[in-house]
Amino acid sequence: MTAYPGRTVTPPRRRAVGHRTAAGMLHALGLPVLLLVLWGLVATRTTSRFFPDPVTIADAFVDTWIGPAFVEDVLPSLARLGLGVAASIVLGVAAGTVIGLTPWLRELLEPLLEFLRAVPPPVLIPVMMILLGITDTMKVVVIVSGAVWPILLNTIEGVRGIDSVLTQTARSFRVTWWERLWFLVLPAASPRIMAGVRQALSVALILMVISEMFASSAGLGYRIAYFQRNYLIAEMWSGILLLGGVGVLLAVVFGLVERRVLRWYHGIREVNRA
Amino acid sequence: MRLPPTRRPRASRRALLGVAGLAGFLAVWQSVPALGLIDPQYLPYVTDVLARLSEQLVDLAFWRRLGSTMTSWAIGLTVATIAAVGLGTVVGLVPFLRRATHTMVEFLRPIPSVALIPLAVLMFGIQRQAALVIIVYASFWQVFVQVIYGVADVDTVARDTALSFGLRRWERWTHLVLPTTLPYLLTGLRLAAAVALILAVTAEMVIGNPGLGRMIELSRSAGDAVGLYALVVVTGLLGLAVNLVFRFVERRTLSWHESVRGERAL
Repeated sequence: MTAYPGRTVTPPRRRAVGHRTAAGMLHALGLPVLLLVLWGLVATRTTSRFFPDPVTIADAFVDTWIGPAFVEDVLPSLARLGLGVAASIVLGVAAGTVIGLTPWLRELLEPLLEFLRAVPPPVLIPVMMILLGITDTMKVVVIVSGAVWPILLNTIEGVRGIDSVLTQTARSFRVTWWERLWFLVLPAASPRIMAGVRQALSVALILMVISEMFASSAGLGYRIAYFQRNYLIAEMWSGILLLGGVGVLLAVVFGLVERRVLRWYHGIREVNRA
Repeated sequence: MRLPPTRRPRASRRALLGVAGLAGFLAVWQSVPALGLIDPQYLPYVTDVLARLSEQLVDLAFWRRLGSTMTSWAIGLTVATIAAVGLGTVVGLVPFLRRATHTMVEFLRPIPSVALIPLAVLMFGIQRQAALVIIVYASFWQVFVQVIYGVADVDTVARDTALSFGLRRWERWTHLVLPTTLPYLLTGLRLAAAVALILAVTAEMVIGNPGLGRMIELSRSAGDAVGLYALVVVTGLLGLAVNLVFRFVERRTLSWHESVRGERAL
């Protein structure tokens, strides 16, 4: 994927000392702080009720989310999200590997998968509500039914794109099927798989929120919609902030995992670049 | 040349297998309620769904809803693209801006756009503008990030060569920056088009502005499973059409580019 070409060559941070750190901090925090101050100024001047100032939102954040609400609403949401993503990865990678390694199966399923992937995932929420009722299982299934496609399709592509010299070498050395899977196929496909997981994460988060806005009496999405319906503006903003935080946290965790899993790959790319 | 005779049977075999796959899927769908595995009330027969689909095709109200959804999609995508290309070019070309905005972008980008639905509803009520807020926010980032990478990706040797050959600013733009950025921009545009459609339908489902999404929600609450499945199929076909069109445009526009030329040579 050429989508993130800049990621791989981040210079080592160790050398950044002294005033370079200070300049880096200024660059990193300057604009956010500036915008926050600007927001505060505008919020105190404006008559619109929909934009409370940052301090009010921060207060509402502490009052709303720190305490029992965290256990009742946030944790179950995150648990469903985690479960859905994990199931999508297992399903997507397993099915993707099988389909990718079997040419006739791939040709058989290609148009079907193209269609299924094109269905906007939130549309599946009403379908799952009809099929499974309004349950926790339904919410996890909704997340899986949306998040599995990017992983599945990327795994298929990744498995298919393995260098044929490698495959033939493995075959002529009589490497067993399992070993080939573990030491050749999955590592070779892992950059594509990780790209798929990255897409799947954002889809999963969207589906978590919407399925709760739609059919729930608890959870993050439900809470935010509830605040909005009751004109609890600052609380609603605090919910948006929390969701944003979850999104950022997911991105950070994914970045760490990706760097660990694909260390060899980034290493090769850097060598090739130099 | 040996290529054509070996190629054609493979292509037709592929098409045949693909059609077989689709037919198999429809057959499984038909047989699940027929065998009583799932009550037809919850998973209707595929024949019923297809019949409803063909009924809808001659229904003017259906086309009006479809038009409404696609209008939101088109407006949102256009606004997001123009904003993202403008801002992305400026930010991508000025290193100071790139450093200064980095944290902000990395924080704002992962915020799921649906989190903004309550805010959009408060600001605009049950109207298209509320949906547009969500659509624009989501698709903006797809294009913006790609444009930043693309503009910054200009080859240093090519840039120095252009400078020493005395190319004027305008010429450097058209001969250097634009061709480098175009593949990135089109990738971003293709992703943004898909995301915009997802959010156009989602917004209608959750906010309730008129369109296919609202009709899906109404079918569900009315217990009209056949209508619901028919509309889900319609949104899938729409998504497919959007993907195919943008992929086609990408291939056409980038026919000179390595990534497309390389594929054709294989």
